[in-house]
Amino acid sequence: MAEEQKNQQDAPIKISPHAYVSQGTEDGIKVYTGKAVPRIDAPLKTTGRATYTTDIHLDRMVYAVPIGATIAKGRLKSLDTKAATSMKGVIGVFGHGSIGPLYRVAPGEGMSSRVDETRPPFEDNVIRYYNQFIAVAVAETYELAMAAARAVKATYEIEKPNVALDLEPEDLKKSESKRGDARAAFEKAAVKIDQTYVTPMEVHNAIELHGTVASWNGDKLTMWETSQAVGTHQNVIAQMMGIPRENVRVITKFLGSGFGGKLWCWNHSPIAAALSRKLKRPVKIHVEREHEFTNVGHRPRTQQRVRISASADGSLQSLEHDYTTQGSMLDDYKENCGEVSGSLYKVENCSVNSSLARRNQGVPTSMRGPGAVPGLYALESAMDELAIALKMDPVELRILNDTQVDLSNGSPYSSRKFVECLRLGAKKFGWSKRNASVGSMRDGDEVLGWGMAACTWQAKRVDASVSVEFHPDGKCKIISGTHDIGTGMYTVCAEIIREETGLPYDRIEVEIGDSALPPGPLAGGSMATGSMIPATIQAVKEAVTRLKTAATKWEKSPVYKEKPDDLTFENGVILSKKTKKKIAYDKLMKEFNLGIVTGAGTAKGTFGPSEKGKPATKSFGCHFIEIGWNPLLARLRVRRVVTVIDGGRIINYQPAKNQIEGAIVMGVGMALFEQAEYDARYGDPVNKNLADYIVATHADCPEMDVTFLDYPDKAVNEYGARGVGEIGLAGVAPAITAAVYHATGVRVRELPVKVEELLETRS
Amino acid sequence: MQQFTYRRASTLDDVFKMPGRFLSGGTNLIDHMKLDVETPKAIIDVGRLPLEKIEKTKTGLMIGAAAKNADVANHEIVKKDYAALSQAILAGASAQLRNKASTAGNLLQRTRCVYFRDTSKPCNKRQPGSGCAAIDGYNRNLAILGVSSKCIANHPSDQNVALMALEARVHLQSAGAKREVALNDFYLLPGDTPEKETVLREGELITGVSIDAPPSGSKSYYLKLRDRASYEFALASTAVVAKVSEGRIERVRLAMGGVGAKPWRLLEVEKMLEGQNASPELFARAADLAVRDAKPQSMNAFKVELAKRCLVAALTHITKA
Repeated sequence: MAEEQKNQQDAPIKISPHAYVSQGTEDGIKVYTGKAVPRIDAPLKTTGRATYTTDIHLDRMVYAVPIGATIAKGRLKSLDTKAATSMKGVIGVFGHGSIGPLYRVAPGEGMSSRVDETRPPFEDNVIRYYNQFIAVAVAETYELAMAAARAVKATYEIEKPNVALDLEPEDLKKSESKRGDARAAFEKAAVKIDQTYVTPMEVHNAIELHGTVASWNGDKLTMWETSQAVGTHQNVIAQMMGIPRENVRVITKFLGSGFGGKLWCWNHSPIAAALSRKLKRPVKIHVEREHEFTNVGHRPRTQQRVRISASADGSLQSLEHDYTTQGSMLDDYKENCGEVSGSLYKVENCSVNSSLARRNQGVPTSMRGPGAVPGLYALESAMDELAIALKMDPVELRILNDTQVDLSNGSPYSSRKFVECLRLGAKKFGWSKRNASVGSMRDGDEVLGWGMAACTWQAKRVDASVSVEFHPDGKCKIISGTHDIGTGMYTVCAEIIREETGLPYDRIEVEIGDSALPPGPLAGGSMATGSMIPATIQAVKEAVTRLKTAATKWEKSPVYKEKPDDLTFENGVILSKKTKKKIAYDKLMKEFNLGIVTGAGTAKGTFGPSEKGKPATKSFGCHFIEIGWNPLLARLRVRRVVTVIDGGRIINYQPAKNQIEGAIVMGVGMALFEQAEYDARYGDPVNKNLADYIVATHADCPEMDVTFLDYPDKAVNEYGARGVGEIGLAGVAPAITAAVYHATGVRVRELPVKVEELLETRS
Repeated sequence: MQQFTYRRASTLDDVFKMPGRFLSGGTNLIDHMKLDVETPKAIIDVGRLPLEKIEKTKTGLMIGAAAKNADVANHEIVKKDYAALSQAILAGASAQLRNKASTAGNLLQRTRCVYFRDTSKPCNKRQPGSGCAAIDGYNRNLAILGVSSKCIANHPSDQNVALMALEARVHLQSAGAKREVALNDFYLLPGDTPEKETVLREGELITGVSIDAPPSGSKSYYLKLRDRASYEFALASTAVVAKVSEGRIERVRLAMGGVGAKPWRLLEVEKMLEGQNASPELFARAADLAVRDAKPQSMNAFKVELAKRCLVAALTHITKA
């Protein structure tokens, strides 16, 4: 197995005539200078013709509006629906006992049937979190359904909810990673840091609300859904409805962002399916903005103690990362904050422990860079504090402790260019001009703060199936049940086909986002691009082999009776290497009476811990950030960000850069603004709208300079592409808080940074 | 949203024929109706009355009640002679909202207190006598000046802070009468009746806002402090209109936003500053006086310091040569 892997790595870059060749270098470091292709779906989106889930309108469709509990703990005693159901055009109010059968999803590992809120809606009358759905109003129009929902009066047995901010380890305690004796090493070490870092509950708040249009035709159910994983959604809904999975079709053609919040099925969706089955009419439902805070997942609050130590020269001696994350009352989602702690640096003694603190709050779920993003806030903040304690440059501290082996399992990294990222980032930022003294750098009234932090993210694949079709009109179509969640997958698919066939974009069609298609990768974990590549290459190969074979079988073919192996396929033309004779495949198909030539490809996933003997595959990078603190105005702004990412090969620069820049802006929000504020008396998030839950606006966007290194990682796939959807968010917040410290002397260990914490400082 | 009747008034006479809540730009009232925070039975749309003009008068400026925020902010005379008003409006909301929102509607903009907007929570302003959830709750953004034991909501507008410093007058009309009220007398403090926010009488319509031009040689400025750079209500803001010659403050008018139960005029501070030479020490004393009566809440003590810095920065800016 190991030998095979090695061979794969040593193989030359893709044999296709359009194979990508690395070209740029800077300071001897390979830098991506490849093409930027505009998104092929951009015209649809910019002209409003892209059909999103709740754009779907069906004949006889009715509208459902869920009703949320206005308590966070207790029991639903009664529902008075008289006023609601007496409204003309209201079909009814449904809930526990009246919506029809809704089953649980069989518990198990893996992502194929994953659901984070495992209890089906309305299963009992116990209220476990604020806004838990207690009923749903259905009417002929959305406005009527809304009025009916508001008119329903609920009574409760109220208990005091637990939404306490302090997270004591309570449940699901687990050792995530352990080597050496970190405790003893810490005690002995020359320089040490022991601090606790807190990240607040954050909400995905994609602009497109979650929604479903459900429609039954006999015993077959079609769901237009806001999903990042149509295949998983299909499995989950089939189980919740108690029907074979073949009877469920889930479609997501366009998504107005998900950030992980649309990976798994949430309660609105089975509600729509059950209502549609009961009423025998199509049902449309969407989650109100307020319910986006409670009913469709969030990034949980985390409390992380980091103990890290080094010898006087900066060599790390120990790392202990003990964290507790907010959990819900029924489900076990735990934010995997220590995911990268065991592997990022060279440290012999390491222990990582996790636990859960259950709260009367909604069910948490994956949010862009789950685990690593809050985890790296803690780890990289501690590294910055350690560098200061060592009187060492934080860049040099990280370079000194670089490792080419993932010490959590002993696997060597397939390709780790972390040091190159750091060196190039420092140079581009001008880090050598830094004066490390607190408050020493200024621009007019602003005190400047410079900070940096590392980022890393796994580079894995999930199972993927792809079908590729050649048509006699010269078109080539790629088909797979994967997703474009705004990440550019439509264009990536077209690009892979272009590279494999040489066909121009206008001859390539992409069909994705449908569970009826060959099961494609879900859009999560930054894995979709990397997973699509091997399956697509295989599918193209199979279809092209069929075309070549056909070319040798047709009597009038210029390559009749040649061996298929002696033929090449370039730019849509089948060409004999021997005789140099050729025929275009569309001509061949028309004249040989072929309606369609199809190839299928599948590739197994690699998700999970690295197998023994196989290389560890991860992406790396770093952010260098300048903030400006104006003490006269108590105004804190992020001024500029220099980011360098080692993400293997980049398929399309434009969406890749867009992913990183978007993540940086999200990181500004995480560092300075975002936080769901709970009122402990009622147990509800009080800032449950986009005016009170503050995210970064355009005016908050810093100047951004994003560079991709160019070291294809062929341990991941034939192109060496790792996926860059999440890594850009990791490390932004600790780089900002490091910069805030540099400017003000205030170390913020609980996000977000608020001006009130900085007001005492007057540089 | 509850059922309501809708009627559009096309002349001023129409307005007073039937009772009902006046609707102008709709950027505040309709939001609140969607949340059931406001449940008017009847709506009279006054947004299309011929009250949208912005005109120079003998003494200054007359802004029609229906004039859009965007039109006021971008009006040449406003930008030149009433800069603080233009700056204040542009510091608020978004371009889309400013295109819809009207001058009079903004005068009546209601608080952004999260409990006011949530009908499942007690709120004396929304439902008199139900209690105040904010006092022991989430109050980081709320008022530190003019609060009562019944309500600590802050007034959210930027426009009105500038109008306060410009000593605007509100023009009112009802079925049989017209009257004018100085903006400083227009707003009420919450006291025991936080539901009563202005001196407007039942059925009385705002027809416009007039401003006397500040003495020649005056300058004005609006400074807004907030967490993010755009599209957020003020944590603290200051509007200043001043005439300064050779470092001496001849005349000054000051109002603060974000910190008060109403747009907060600083009459005492103005008196203290007039006739004095601008200096950091003077401004520090002015800032102390401005917040002397502040009653910070559990989460917003920082607003006292923030308000002071905002005032000092605005005064420093306006008195610079």
